[in-house]
Amino acid sequence: MSLALYFDYVIFPILTIAVLLVFIRLVKGPNVVDRVIALDLIITIGIGFITVYSIRTKEAIFLDVAVILALIAFLGTIAFSFYLEKTNNDD
Amino acid sequence: MINILIAILSTVGALAILFASIGILRMPDFYLRLSVTVKAATLGIGLFLLCTAILFPDISVTTKAIAISFFLILTTPVAAHMIGRAAYKSGTPKWKGTVLDDLEKDYKNREDLQGIAKPETPEDSTIDPKK
Repeated sequence: MSLALYFDYVIFPILTIAVLLVFIRLVKGPNVVDRVIALDLIITIGIGFITVYSIRTKEAIFLDVAVILALIAFLGTIAFSFYLEKTNNDD
Repeated sequence: MINILIAILSTVGALAILFASIGILRMPDFYLRLSVTVKAATLGIGLFLLCTAILFPDISVTTKAIAISFFLILTTPVAAHMIGRAAYKSGTPKWKGTVLDDLEKDYKNREDLQGIAKPETPEDSTIDPKK
């Protein structure tokens, strides 16, 4: 069993199931903060997807996308938490 | 040999990410969900990036992998701390089994925390009230 076949039939389905489970929490999360961390986890799993795809196709250039995505995930969570704190103080 | 090593490491990383997603779905509380998400997902991504650094015999790829994992390890706890503090200030309900809340003493007299319901915790938890 070659490495590309193993990645196609084992690693990618596990990551897909993980994204689907997090998406359930994103849809039904009772608070806004639950949805924020679910979105953050989805973006983190997306970094994993890009990395695994880079390994599977043996193209190292895709890792640049992972760098940008990690930056965006951090900035998104920080912006959301800042916004939540500010709106809570005004109430 | 390298293929077997990459297969093992990526399987462990994928399982860590799967456990993180199961945890965020099944945990009863926001704070427990946050605790699960941060650690397990960072471990999974770090193992994937280690696989990348092993597979490509190129110093630029190794540098990129180290940069991504260092950035994730550096920024994920900061983001988790900020979103946890925002959640606590906005009065996210705690799980009924929560026994320790250190922020409750600090924020007791603040005006912006009036909406938080105080959990009933006994004075001394070592004493069983039934006896």
